[in-house]
Amino acid sequence: MSTKNGQSGQDGVGSFKVKAGLAQMLKGGVIMDVVTPEQAVIAEEAGAVAVMALERVPADIRAQGGVARMSDPGMIKEIIQAVTIPVMAKARIGHFVEAQILEAIGVDYIDESEVLTPADEEHHIYKHSFKVPFVCGCRNLGEALRRIGEGAAMIRTKGEAGTGDVVEAVRHARAVLGEIRRLQQMPDEELMAFAKTIGAPYELVKETKELGRLPVVNFAAGGIATPADAALMMQIGVDGVFVGSGIFKSADPAPRAKAIVEATTHYNNPEILARVSENLGEPMVGINVSSLPESEQLAVRGW
Amino acid sequence: MKIGVLALQGAFIEHIKILRELGVEAVEVRLPEDLEGLDGLIIPGGESTTIGKLATMYHLMEPLRAFAARKAMWGTCAGMIFMAKEIGDGRSNHGQPLLAIMDIVVDRNAFGRQVDSFETDLDVPAINNGEVKPFPAVFIRAPRLVAAKGDTKVLARLADGTAVAAQEGDWLVTSFHPELTGDNRFHKYFLELAKRNNAA
Repeated sequence: MSTKNGQSGQDGVGSFKVKAGLAQMLKGGVIMDVVTPEQAVIAEEAGAVAVMALERVPADIRAQGGVARMSDPGMIKEIIQAVTIPVMAKARIGHFVEAQILEAIGVDYIDESEVLTPADEEHHIYKHSFKVPFVCGCRNLGEALRRIGEGAAMIRTKGEAGTGDVVEAVRHARAVLGEIRRLQQMPDEELMAFAKTIGAPYELVKETKELGRLPVVNFAAGGIATPADAALMMQIGVDGVFVGSGIFKSADPAPRAKAIVEATTHYNNPEILARVSENLGEPMVGINVSSLPESEQLAVRGW
Repeated sequence: MKIGVLALQGAFIEHIKILRELGVEAVEVRLPEDLEGLDGLIIPGGESTTIGKLATMYHLMEPLRAFAARKAMWGTCAGMIFMAKEIGDGRSNHGQPLLAIMDIVVDRNAFGRQVDSFETDLDVPAINNGEVKPFPAVFIRAPRLVAAKGDTKVLARLADGTAVAAQEGDWLVTSFHPELTGDNRFHKYFLELAKRNNAA
């Protein structure tokens, strides 16, 4: 018997279809990290499909250290009031009470995020029992399907948040998409052993093979800092992008935000990509992920 | 028959998949020149502010209005907001660009936030084709039709009387997402409008 740690849906309210459906409406779009209502308005003006409300962007969490927790609900509510687009907020991995609080104040999506300090080093939140949908990070297919098994209605590849280095976002997207391509070539009798190897629920492995893609929407995250980075992730095959520190840690956020939105829509049009990439000023400074010791890498959090 | 789906942002692939299953040629529309040779256009669900801003930046507003003046058009959810002449949600719409072609008043996010999104069965006589079967409707941060004016007729209502689908000539709007269900009757209905429009 599982614990009831959220309000489950009734009468078609908060069903998995409507939770996964909101992510389908965000596809081809950019979700931007914001720390104030003013930044949220800039993001909406630039054409963001949603904002992630948080107190510190990942680059600052990295720089300042300490325990990173859910943001002040009062500050999240101010951001909800400031914009008409959906507002997301982060809860710590396994911290289902932070998730209950975020659901109670009416956030549209919860990111159970490795960017915050994990609250549970073995278990993630049981997400099926909430009406609010969840997005979770992954580095490979097994991790993605474990999160979907727990009720995640949207997946994002983790990348390495707060670095401005796209290399990990590419690695994780290629891992997930490559494993799906391999799965599609696999005869059915090999699926059970494959499910065991990657630590994923068998039924979801089977469904992924049939669909030829993850059963939910899959965005890229972690290190995207330029319009070209966003278009790169789209061409590799994700459904949309999260941009965290990349916008508001750059020299001139508003034009960069708009350019990344345009690049995500016209990701296959190099002439447009060239035009929107011009004169954006300095991108965020960034950190080479290869120079980070594993103890400082956020992507290894999550089980 | 060749139908375009506005592909600036949102659930356009879902519409294209259903159209192709129905044996129709379906293409993505991102720039004005992509409208050439189309027999109808679907504006999908997504974020209406994002779609409106991108349509403005890429000079699609006037070509879309000109297209609608002579062809069939269908807006689902965000697409319904985009086609409406008036938004009456009492909140600032942040200068949201609208095509403003169809004689309807629409209330954005009228059913509440995402935690209030829901699924329900709808009775839609127009698409029944003799067989009475409810339509599985998925409402996601959905808009509501506050008023259908002029020649606009309401096609479906919720049990409490809220209008959620309407038609004006060969234009169709739905608050919900037929592209997220396995039921293709709304797509077939729209193709009939496009066919009728071509013959006229």
